[in-house]
Amino acid sequence: MRKTKLAAGIIAVASVMAVQSAFADSHIKKYKIEDGAIKASLTGKTGDAAKGKKVAINRKKGNCLACHAISDLKDQPFHGNVGPSLDGVASNYSEGELRLRIVNAKTSNEDTIMPAFYKVDGYNRLIKKFKGKSVLSAQEVEDVLAYVMTLK
Amino acid sequence: MTNIKSKLGWKLATAVLGAAVVAGSFAASAVAKDWGKFQVEDRRSGYTYMTDETRDVQNDDFENPGMLWVENGQSLWSTKMGSAGKSCASCHADADKDMKGVAPSYPKYNAKMGKMETLEQRINRDIVEKMGGKALKFDSKEMLSLMTYVGKISSGMPVNVKVDGPAAPFFAKGKAFYYQRRGQLDMSCANCHEDNPGKLIRANTLSEGQINGFPTYRLKWQKPGSVHRRFKGCNKNVRAKPFKRGSDEYVNLELYVKWRGRGLPTETPSVRN
Ligand code: HEC
Ligand code: HEC
Repeated sequence: MRKTKLAAGIIAVASVMAVQSAFADSHIKKYKIEDGAIKASLTGKTGDAAKGKKVAINRKKGNCLACHAISDLKDQPFHGNVGPSLDGVASNYSEGELRLRIVNAKTSNEDTIMPAFYKVDGYNRLIKKFKGKSVLSAQEVEDVLAYVMTLK
Repeated sequence: MTNIKSKLGWKLATAVLGAAVVAGSFAASAVAKDWGKFQVEDRRSGYTYMTDETRDVQNDDFENPGMLWVENGQSLWSTKMGSAGKSCASCHADADKDMKGVAPSYPKYNAKMGKMETLEQRINRDIVEKMGGKALKFDSKEMLSLMTYVGKISSGMPVNVKVDGPAAPFFAKGKAFYYQRRGQLDMSCANCHEDNPGKLIRANTLSEGQINGFPTYRLKWQKPGSVHRRFKGCNKNVRAKPFKRGSDEYVNLELYVKWRGRGLPTETPSVRN
């Protein structure tokens, strides 16, 4: 019984990463990095935390739980621990720092395993259907950010 | 990552995964356990990252579903294939003796081809050139059976591939592949299997990605699979375009990955989630 559950989990992880974000933008909006942060919203609007929570959970979108535990989402199965827990992260970083971290974590740590969620170029052997696509759209980044900002 | 943080992830997982699984991953990451022959220096077989339950399936020949494939391979060994009317046994009558130590030494440099050759390719060379047959696909029932059988004959023998001399440039290519980020998620093999073994990526405990147990019987696949099938899967998971089975890229990568597990016991047919 547990075996089947495990197998199902594994299939889920395999497909985590295998399906594209259907609504991702084809074009990256310009943004400015200053003092280790992107201070302005990518869309000019504030994100929707409730939507962002769903994006963070969704295995085909943010899938933040693949690597991060979030106590607020303890009703969700399978929190990874490849990255640090995101509990309290909004008290430790500014909104702009967190936006940059989600847009492209490699700007602060080029060796990180954390994917860049808002980037389309410079990829090696990208599968065709993801060409010109970012993992998340600008709006989805803002929504996830709004949710992460609730993790005080 | 701090301990407190990693424990939090672990606790959360406990709630959903149940004690057995977590005990497995905890032992794998935090407690220095004696893994016996499954660990050589700092290298550990995927066996040590599995749950006790999966390990039990591998340990018990009657429960291990890979054993059926060993038996298939054994009977195929003496089955005629191809226009020459020969079987493997026509040339290698005593497989237990003739094939001992073969699996842990591949991929091997082939001077005629001027490149590395995997065990599947070596088997196919005999099928085509000596037996007048058609090359078998890597993940065909026949090839997996032969591979599992030949692997099993070297059970317990340490992985020992030659990576110097003429193999050196191919080894270097395989190593470069291993550290190259790829796909939309922009990850290298090393990001998962060198930097994070023992950590949970969602529900999966990452291992070192060793290949000493291949063809491995994967419960998810419900059959054994080739090393190159696994490489394709890991490439696709990061949204990268995979290479073909038997491509030079994967053959060289296989050499490098096999070397990473030098000294680990041949474990075919291993059982993995
Ligand atoms: C494949 C793994 C992975 C995924 C998926 C991932 N992260 Fe990360 N993240 C990490 C790692 C590892 C770190 C640790 C710092 C580093 O590597 O630079 C990190 C660090 C962070 C930090 C800084 C935390 C701190 O305490 O310093 C934030 C914030 C963050 N991630 C948010 C997110 C969000 C939001 C998502 C989903 C949209 C996400 N991450 C998805 C691996 C990941
Ligand atoms: C996003 C993370 C990730 C990346 C990147 C990745 N893998 Fe994996 N790999 C996994 C997971 C998860 C498993 C299943 C659990 C385990 O054994 O680690 C796995 C399993 C394996 C296995 C089976 C191990 C066994 O004991 O049966 C091999 C071999 C392997 N990977 C090789 C590779 C190679 C080579 C690359 C690069 C081309 C690679 N992986 C890239 C996540 C990854």
